[in-house]
Parts: sequence; C-alpha cells; structure tokens
Amino acid sequence: MYEVYVHVPFCLRRCGYCDFNTYTAVDLGGGASRGNYATMVIREMRLARDWQLAHGIDEPAVSTVFFGGGTPTILPAGDLVAMLNAIREIWGINPGAEITTEANPDTVDADYIRQLADGGFTRISFGMQSAVPHVLSTLDRTHTPANVEAGVRAADAAGLASSVDLIYGAPGESLDDWRTSVSTAIDLGVNHISAYALTVEPTTKMGRQIAAGILPKPDDDDEAAKYEIADELLSEAGLTWYEVSNWARPGYESRHNLGYWRNVDWAGLGPGAYSHYNAVVDARVTANAIDDTIDGCNALQPHPQTTGLRAWDIAHPRMWGLNIQKGEMPWAGSETISRNEDLEERLMLALRIRDGLDIHALEAQSDVRIDTAALHRMADEGLIDCITDETGISRIVATRRGRLLNDLLIERFFELLDL
Amino acid sequence: MVVQHNQPGSTDQSLIRNFCIIAHIDHGKSTVADRILQLSGIVPEREMRDRFLDRMDIEQERGITIKSQAVRVPWTFDGTEYTLGMIDTPGHVDFTYEVSRALAACEGAVLLVDSTQGIEAQTLSNLYMAMDHDLTIIPVLNKIDLPSAEPDKHAEEIAGLIGCEPNEVLRVSGKTGEGVADLLDQIVMDVPAPKGNPDTQARALIFDSVYDSYRGIVTYIRMVDGELRSREKLHMMGIGMTHDPIEIGVISPDMTPTKALGAGEVGYVITGAKDVSQSKVGDTITSAAKPATEPLPGYRDPKPMVYAGLFPIDNAQFPELRDALDKLKLNDAALIYTPETSVALGFGFRCGFLGLLHMEIVNERLSREFGLDLIQTAPNVTYDVTAEDGSEVHVTNPSEFPDGKIKNIVEPMVAADIITPKEFIGAVMDLCQEHRGIMGTMEYISTDRVEMHYRIPLAEIVFDFFDALKSRTKGYASLDYHEDGEQSADLVKVDILIQGEKVDAFSAIVHRDKAYSYGVMMTKKLRELIPRQQFEIPIQAAIGSRIIARENIRALRKDVLAKCYGGDITRKRKLLEKQKAGKKRMKMLGHVEVPQEAFIAALSTGDDSANDRDTKDKIRAAQKTEG
Repeated sequence: MYEVYVHVPFCLRRCGYCDFNTYTAVDLGGGASRGNYATMVIREMRLARDWQLAHGIDEPAVSTVFFGGGTPTILPAGDLVAMLNAIREIWGINPGAEITTEANPDTVDADYIRQLADGGFTRISFGMQSAVPHVLSTLDRTHTPANVEAGVRAADAAGLASSVDLIYGAPGESLDDWRTSVSTAIDLGVNHISAYALTVEPTTKMGRQIAAGILPKPDDDDEAAKYEIADELLSEAGLTWYEVSNWARPGYESRHNLGYWRNVDWAGLGPGAYSHYNAVVDARVTANAIDDTIDGCNALQPHPQTTGLRAWDIAHPRMWGLNIQKGEMPWAGSETISRNEDLEERLMLALRIRDGLDIHALEAQSDVRIDTAALHRMADEGLIDCITDETGISRIVATRRGRLLNDLLIERFFELLDL
Repeated sequence: MVVQHNQPGSTDQSLIRNFCIIAHIDHGKSTVADRILQLSGIVPEREMRDRFLDRMDIEQERGITIKSQAVRVPWTFDGTEYTLGMIDTPGHVDFTYEVSRALAACEGAVLLVDSTQGIEAQTLSNLYMAMDHDLTIIPVLNKIDLPSAEPDKHAEEIAGLIGCEPNEVLRVSGKTGEGVADLLDQIVMDVPAPKGNPDTQARALIFDSVYDSYRGIVTYIRMVDGELRSREKLHMMGIGMTHDPIEIGVISPDMTPTKALGAGEVGYVITGAKDVSQSKVGDTITSAAKPATEPLPGYRDPKPMVYAGLFPIDNAQFPELRDALDKLKLNDAALIYTPETSVALGFGFRCGFLGLLHMEIVNERLSREFGLDLIQTAPNVTYDVTAEDGSEVHVTNPSEFPDGKIKNIVEPMVAADIITPKEFIGAVMDLCQEHRGIMGTMEYISTDRVEMHYRIPLAEIVFDFFDALKSRTKGYASLDYHEDGEQSADLVKVDILIQGEKVDAFSAIVHRDKAYSYGVMMTKKLRELIPRQQFEIPIQAAIGSRIIARENIRALRKDVLAKCYGGDITRKRKLLEKQKAGKKRMKMLGHVEVPQEAFIAALSTGDDSANDRDTKDKIRAAQKTEG
C-alpha cells in the first residue's frame, strides 16, 4: 500500500486552538507563495520519487491521496487538481482510489466542489467543529452552521462522499451544546464523522489564555462524558467507530487514515509533512546524512538491508522552498525505526482501531508468547474485548473504556511484551 | 611572602597564641579571618580568595562555616614574631558541639558581633561556653564601615554581658581592614600562651578530622604536651591503635608538611588510614615509642535530638548512601544512623541529628558531595512510650509507636532563649504559646532588646518554629535552645492510608490538638500529588482505627490522544517511551502508583498553609467528630 499526503500550510486566519504548521501570509518567500505553491509541491514529488528509487523503493500506484492543512481549499481548485494530476503522472493512481481534501466550510462553493469532482476527487472533509455559535466563536471559526449544510449538499450533488469534523471540550461548551453539534452533524446525512477532543497546546493563543486564567482548562472528565455521548448518538445513527476519534457507515471509513494506523508507506509533501517507509535500503546512511544526531553509527553496511524510516519536511515554507529550488529533498530530519520501535508503533496504532490487535501477528513479530491470563484480566477490567477462534484468542479490540483509557492499555501491552 | 622565623616544632610556647572566633552567621567572621590571613602576609594578594577558610561550596553559598579549620598565622608585635593558631568555629546552634571542640584547643576567643545587629542568642550561648572553658574573651564589633552600624549601643550591650568597659570593645571592619591589625596586637597581648609541658611525653588532642579523597583522613590536632616528630609512630590512646604517620604539618594557609609539632602548636596528621573508625575526634594522640600514661580529657558524645529517615530514590544507591554516611561521620561525630526499611521507600537509614540545620546540611552534603538523590521523611524527636500493659518503648521512628492503649508518653523538652527587639514580644509570645511553650523569665539586655526564656517541647521546634519566628519578627529574633528534661504529653500517632494501606513514611507523632490539621493537610496534599488512576483512590488519615480525615482521588476516565496521524505517531511513541522511564520512578503502594515526586513534596514542610477555607472547614469537622 502506498499513499500520498499533501500539506497546504495556508489559512485565511489562524484559529486560537490550532498548533498546526500553517501561515496566514500570502507569500512566505523562497518561492513558497500561495500562487506558486502547487508548482513547488510538484517539484518535491519528483525529488521524492528520485529519492525512493535511489533507496530501493518502487512504490505501487497510489491508493489514496489526502490534501490537508492549513486550508487546502484556500488554493484555486485547479491547483489541487494539478497536484493530483502530477501524482498520477509520477506514481500512477489506482482505479477506485480515495482522493480527499479537507475544506473549510466558508472557502468552498458548489462550483469549486464541482471542479474538484471533475478533477478526480472522491471525498471532502469539512471542518465543521461545532453547530453552536458561541462554541464556534470560542474556537475562532468564521463559518456558520449553514455554510456546512451548503457544502455537504454541494458535495452530494457533485457525487463526492463527505465527512465532517467536530471538536468537543471547548471552554464554555455544555453537554447539551455537544449533543446539539453531534445531532446536527448526523442530520446532515454524512456517512463519516470525526470527533476530536480539544487538545490545547501551551504555545497557542488558547493555551496562553488558559495559562493566564482567561479561559477555563479543558477537563478530562467532561471530555470523557462527551466522548461517550458522541459514541452513543453516532452508533444509534448507524455510524460505528473504526478508530478512537472516527465513526462511519460501513464502507465509508477513511482509507487514507486507516493507512496511517495500519502503518503503510506514505509520502508526505509540503512544509512539515511526515513520510513513512517500511523498507528503505541504506536508510541509516540517509538518516545520518540528514540528521547525524540520530545515531552515532555512520558505518556503511556491507550488505544493504532495509530499515523503516520516518522523515519530516522543513516546517517553514521559505526554507522548504529554497531547498527544493536547490534540488534537494526538503527534509528537516529523519529517524530510522528500530524493530522494537516498529513494534511499539504497530501496537499503539492497532489499539486505536476496530481492526484491533492481531495476537498471532504480534507474537510472531515480537517473539513473545502473550500471556492469555493477562488478556482475560484486561477484559475483566472492561478495557478490551477478546475475539477467539480455534487457536484461542486471535484478536483483541479496545472497548469504549479501553479507547478512553488507551494510554493505560498501551502501557499494559508494553509491559506484556517487555518493551 | 613573609619570611617566618618561628618554625613548626621549634616555636617556644611563649610565642604561641591560639584563639577562635565566636560569631553569629553573617556577622562577618570569614571576612575578618580572610583579612587576618592577608595582613599576616601568608596569602599573597593575588591568591586572596574570598572566605579562604570556608572550603566547602555549601558553606560559601550559605555564608556559614560548618567545619572548623585551623590556620597558623605569623604576627609581629613590638619587634617579636608570634605564631597565632586561628581555629575557625561554626556559628549555628546545631553545631554547639563542634564549637566546644574548637574551644578546647584554644586559650582565647574573639567575640565578633555585627555592629549593625548586636549580639544574637546563639552567639550568647557560645560566649557562655567559652567563658566556662576559662578562655580570654576579646570583644570586637565588626562592620563599623556600614552606615547602619551602631557601635556605641552594641558596645554597651557587650560590656554588660561580659563585664568589661564599653571602650574596651574593639571596632573593626573586615571589609576595609580597619582595626584588624589592632585586633591581632590585642590577641598577642591578652590571650595567654599555652601552658603545656614541652619536655614530657607527647599528648595531642584530636579536635577535628576530615576525609579528603586524595589524602585519606586528615586529622587536626592541638599539641598539649611534648613533641611529635614526622617519622615517629603514633598511638591513638582511646581506640588503642598505632599508625605510621605519612605526614605531619601545619596549615599556613595550605597544608605544609613539617618535621615536628611541639607543645602548644596546632597542626594536622595524615596516617593514610582510610577507615573512619581509626580517627576519633576527642581522642588523644601520643608517641608509640614513648607513650603518655593518661589521655587528655575528651569530649562528651553529642546526643542527637532530631531523627529522620533518609532513603535513596534509586534503591540501588543504598550502598553508596552507607559509604557516604560513613565518610561524613568521620568529622561529624554527632551524626548517627542505623539501617531502616520502609514499605513505601525501600532501604535507607534512620539518622539522628543535632538539630534541623544539621539535618539540612547533611542532606545537602550527601546530594552535593556524593551525588545521591534522596527522600527524607518528616523529622521527629524521640519518645518514651509506656503501654497500658506497662511495657516501655523508646520511639525514634513513628513506626515503632506501639499500637493499642497507651498509658504515658514522655517527650523531650528544650529551654529556648529568644532575643528579640521589644516590639515583637507579643508576636513571640503568641508563637511560643501555639507551640505549647511555657514562659519563664524575660530580661532586657539593652533598652530595646529583650531575652525571653521558654520551655518548649523539642518536637514543636523541629518542624517550622524557626522559620515562623523569623517571619513574625521580620527576621530580627534569634533563637538558641538546649535540652531541658522531658514531660508527659497527650500525643497520638496519625497514620496515612492510601486505598486502605498504611504508608509508613507518612506516619507522624503529633499532639492530639494538631492531629486533625496534620491529617487534613496531608490527605489534601496527597490528593493533589498522586495522579489519577483507573480506579478511585481513598486517602485517609487515622488515629488508630479512627478515621479523622478523608480525600478521594477520582478514577481516571480518559487519557487517550485525540489525533494520531502522520507526525503524531513518532511524537506519541517518544512520549510513551518517556512515560515508561517515568514509571520506573513510581512506587507501588498496593495497586496505587505513587511518583517519587509525590513523596518528596508531601514530606516537605514549609508551605503547609492551613489558611484556605476548605482546609479550615475540614479540620473543624474532624475535631467535631472527636467531640
């Protein structure tokens, strides 16, 4: 499996809670202006493809593409389509591929959405956040609930699947406010809804306001209650959870995002974007060339072996753009992923999704025999469901409680595997 | 550098003057001592380091002297070169014992008082001790260069205390050097020369010893009779061991080997002994070939007044803690320790200290000089407890407090002397009363300062008394205390239970009236400090089986990360790895994970403000249930 993520680091204004890599200026220098942005990303695609081939990676045709931000729809629809066409030209795109863009409800109209559909997009994810005006205003969002409705209807008309994102736990949001938001989202008739607990980073405007006592601190208990409300209401409406913060009608899950949680290969393009490859030849050397703080060992391996690699693009668009203009991969750093780290990642990701954890695969990868009694204890504590076949427990899946106490669950499995 | 005529080992006693300086913290003793070294010419100007005598970092930072040092200083008076032995003394009440050791090595004492502040309670008690040792007292007012100095007023105060004329009190400035030469002249004139017998068998008093990682044990001695030569075998009369000396010498101002040390001189001996027990302060050194028959009178072993548990945060450091304590014990006879096991804290030592500062200094030296990471339990005093069945227990640790019915508890008392400006008399009386103090007499030592005498349970002083005294008197009051018998008291043991399990490290013996506030504050503190876990955790305070306070840590409902895409994955993995490392620092109490930091914070004293409304209400409610 191979996926492509394109980051678009531009917004009309910055929301108080947002700590993503995004900028409100039109031109950031280094060739990274809004107008030139698609061109730069396409140049990065070619550099990435060359890098892949030089490291023994010949990816199959792309199965999903995701444009995220920032606000991808701040760019003309033609730019998004141009980038998609470049992906098709460079790597090829699978028939039936999922092509998504995030959208701010107030930056798209029916015409824009029509252009995306014509250009090959299949899915649009709206940042709805809330249906309650005072909550939207706390979140610094400029759209209205009506914008969202219009967007979803336009997507329906254009034949695009749509999803909406919600945020719970904003300062001042009551349980009833939250019920209103979830119900409103359900009533839009979308087949996919994401609901995220508000995570406040200390460096954001909202983080500073909370530190200064201007806004109350989000409360974990309140967020837990809201998670349970969301899970109840969405399940009743026929949208089942398939990841901690994601619900969908069967067949409408985000395949792109599932790819992250299933640990597939992906190329991340754009400032601050992450890439992940499972089998890189001479990854260690590559990693060291970029960031020699990662590992003291610089020796060339006599027999090329493959290693997992994660790399991240330079966050600031100007420096990112200058590197591309020099014909270099605009990476800020990278890390090789050791066998244990890979195991840790697979474990923590699997515990987030309804696929759950394949016990046999885990045993094979870790060389550790999982203690069945420990699994039963976790089941008794209400953290997991055990799925059995003729071999015994073959798979475990987090319960609602296990999803909320996911860190605890991960910690238990780390202990079980002596990680 | 000056040429010295008086050589160690061949200096006539009539030319020797041994003296110490008695001063309160911050009254400028080290500055004056530095100035003396400089004037004598033994420290070149360019090497002059501030506070030459205080060698340890802690001392330099806190501006106090813990360990005494002895420096040989030449001084020419009236055309004759004299040899002064300057023995530094600690200034704090906890180190009275060390002061008495220094006093035994001198014939004179310089009483150094800050002319901006006047004499302090602890200085007074050291002064009386010096007078008891029949030392000649040379009164000196320091810091006369400061605009706020009131030398006339304080000269009168001192004159009244030691029975001299106010004009006999010297006035100096350690900072500018003014008057320091006169002080040295006065020492030569007034301090008697040593009166040992130079022609008999050698006897030297060990008044200090320190561990040096390069040289082993360095023993400071004051020669009383006879002479010790560098190649001569030495015999320690008290412990009955004989050593080959590696080096004998004097400090002037660095360690200088010499061929001999003669009667009246102060110097050092290095035997190469690495074992702490081989150099006991207070012992007498003599020559192995021609031994003396009678040792010199030694010192009374000091009695620890305050106990606390010390536990390495990493239990693997237990052997290092033992070694470190052994080394400290070498020059700190007052420190005692026995191994102790705590359910909550693992292996450690129950240590006895002379007082709170002593405890603090030991803690700090263990962490700074030995790199140990320690948890210290709340300090307590010793109790004699009689159970109803007549059995008696000497309790140095709350865990030894007998269960069941108690007939009688006896606690140690101290006589506390507090010197304060008169406007704070009321504040001091309130404070002492709150701490179960009984007032004795009160005298005016000058027109605006009084000395108040109280009898107070030691346990009341070991917590936060000194800080409270300082804060209620704007820092002006000073305190000195000494043992003063014992009394029966209505004391109880308060236990802290986490999820029903008693946590030994938090148990405390307190007066019944204070049990409720201790219980409420400790449970509240722990509720803040222990992270929420997947089940509810009750935290209770109890006297016996009766619960007097209760807090609840609600069950954790959510810890999941909301978003986990692209770059979140590696951040999350690193976070989990960090948490894993943090878990290693957790103590399991039953099923409850308690971070080390919680123990440290819960056991720290100081910020226990019982002033918020919730705390007050809960204390009142607890007291009500008592009826």
